[in-house]
Amino acid sequence: MNIDEFLPSGIQLSYLVAASLFILGLKKLGSPATARQGNQSAAIGMLLAVVATMLDRQVLSYEVILIGIAIGSAIGAIAAYKVEMTAMPQMVGIFNGLGGAASALVAIAEFWRVLNAGEFLSVTSLVTILLGILIGGITLTGSFVAFAKLQGIMPGAPIQFPLQQVFNAIILIGFLAGSGYFLFVPGNLPVFFGLVGVSLLLGILFVIPIGGGDMPVVISLLNSYSGLAAAAAGFVVNNNMLIIAGALVGASGIILTNVMCKGMNRSLANVLFAAFGSEAAASGSSAAGQSLGTMKSIDSEEGAMMLGYARSIAIVPGYGMAVAQAQHAVRELADQLESMGVEVKYAIHPVAGRMPGHMNVLLAEANVPYTQLYDMEDINPQFDQTDVALVIGANDVVNPAARHDKGSPIYGMPILEVDKAKHTIVIKRGMGTGFSGVQNELFFQDKTMMLFGSAKDVVAQLAAEVKQL
Amino acid sequence: MSGATLITCLFVFVLSSFVGFELINKVPPTLHTPLMSGANAISGIAVLGAILVSGSEDLTLSVILGFVAVVLATINVVGGFLVTDRMLLMFKKKEVKA
Repeated sequence: MNIDEFLPSGIQLSYLVAASLFILGLKKLGSPATARQGNQSAAIGMLLAVVATMLDRQVLSYEVILIGIAIGSAIGAIAAYKVEMTAMPQMVGIFNGLGGAASALVAIAEFWRVLNAGEFLSVTSLVTILLGILIGGITLTGSFVAFAKLQGIMPGAPIQFPLQQVFNAIILIGFLAGSGYFLFVPGNLPVFFGLVGVSLLLGILFVIPIGGGDMPVVISLLNSYSGLAAAAAGFVVNNNMLIIAGALVGASGIILTNVMCKGMNRSLANVLFAAFGSEAAASGSSAAGQSLGTMKSIDSEEGAMMLGYARSIAIVPGYGMAVAQAQHAVRELADQLESMGVEVKYAIHPVAGRMPGHMNVLLAEANVPYTQLYDMEDINPQFDQTDVALVIGANDVVNPAARHDKGSPIYGMPILEVDKAKHTIVIKRGMGTGFSGVQNELFFQDKTMMLFGSAKDVVAQLAAEVKQL
Repeated sequence: MSGATLITCLFVFVLSSFVGFELINKVPPTLHTPLMSGANAISGIAVLGAILVSGSEDLTLSVILGFVAVVLATINVVGGFLVTDRMLLMFKKKEVKA
C-alpha cells in the first residue's frame, strides 16, 4: 500500500481517535476531579484533527492556513488570559459568534469554489449550504447582540416595535421563498447574497426583544446553534468530524438551555417571545410599591453576633455579590466563622449568575472549595436545621411568594427556601425590587434582619466584628 | 453530495447527538460554565472546514473567505480551551492556605 492510498484512511482514522478524545473529554468534564484532564483531552483531539486535515489532498498550500492559525491563536490566548471571570458570559457569547461566523464562511467559500469550478450543485448540496449560512449567520449576529446587552453597550431592556412578530415572520418567509428560488437558479448571486444578509438580520431580530436578564438562556441556546452551524458546515464539506463535534456541542447547549429555563420556571418560548422585564410592575398581591409590613434593620455588630454564635450558617450569594466584587470578602468572613467552629455552606441557585454555573466559578476564583458549594436540591431540605441564612445580593431566588402567591409573576419558580432557616440576614444595597420587579415578602418577615449597604463593605465589617467576638 | 452520503451523514449526526445528550445530562451544575466554554471550544471544529477551503494554491475569493474563517475559528478553539483550563485550575477541593 503506497502513501497515496494510505493517507485518506489515515486521516479518517485520526478523526475517529479525535472524536473519541472529544467524547472522553466531555465525560471527564462531568466531575470536578477530572475536569481539567477532560478539557486537555478535548484540546489534544482538536490538535490531532487539525494536523490530520492539513494532510488532506485538497490542501495544497500551507502559508495562508498557518498565518491564519497564528493570528487566531495569539488573539485567542490573549483573550483567554485577560478576561475577568465576571465577564465569562460575554466571552462565551463572542466565541459562539466567531464559531458561527466561521461555519457560515465555510459554507459560502465552498459554494463559491464549486460554482467557479463549474461542478454540478445538487439540491442536497444547496440545501446544506443554505442551512450552514442560516444557522451560522443567526449565531454570529445573535451572539454579538447578546454580547452588547451583557456588556452594557446596548440597553438591556427588550427592544420592541409594533407588529414585531409579523415582521419577523415575513422576513423568515422571505428567506424560505428566496431559498426555493435559489435551488432552481443556484447561479443567481444577488439572491445568494440577499439570503446571507437576511440570515444576519434574523440573528439581530431574534435577540433584541429578549431582556438582559434572560441573556444566560440566549447564550446557552446560541452555544447550541454554534454546534449545529459546525455540523451543517460538516454536511457541506462532507466531513464526519465536523458533524460529530457539532452534534455534541448542539446537544450540550440544548441541555444547558433547558436547565436555565427550569431554574426560572419558564418555557423556552416564553423566554424568547415574551419580552420579560419590559413592564416594571406586575399585578398580584405583592406588586412593587405595595408595603408588606415593616423591615427590621440591624447593624453589622448585631449581625456579627448572630453569625458568630450560630452552629451552622448557609450563605446565599446572588449576582449582586459578584457585581460588588465581594467574593473575596465573603470567603474571608467564612474562614473566620469556620475557625470559630461554625459550619459554613454555600447555597447556589441554578440562575444565580449570568450563565449556567457562573456563581460556582466566581466563588472558585475566590478560593472557596467546591465541596462547600451546595445545589438547590441538596441544600433546601437542610435549611430548617440552619441557624442563620446569609443572603448577599440575591432577591427573586429567595422570594417565598414563588411557592404560594399565584398572582406573582415568579409563581412556581424554584427557590432557595431560606425562610425555613431559624434566622435570615439579608445584605442589600437599598429597598429596590429584584429583576422581576416584585417586592420580596421575605424581607418583611419577623425573623428576617436587613443589613443595608454595599455587599463588599458590609461583609468586610462583619468579618472585622466577628474577629472581635 | 449524493443521497447515500447524505444518509450516512445524518446517521452520524443523530447518533452523535444522542451521545452528547447522555454525556452532558450527568454534569453537575458546579461545572456548567466550564462545560459550556469547553463545548464552545469544540464548536470551533469548523476550523477543519476552513482549512479545507483555504488550502487551494490560487488566491480566489474562496481562499480569502477560508482564511478569515481559519482566524475566527482558531480564536474560538484556542481561546475556548485556554479559558476553560484557567477556570478549572481554580476549582480546588481543599483550601490552600497561603
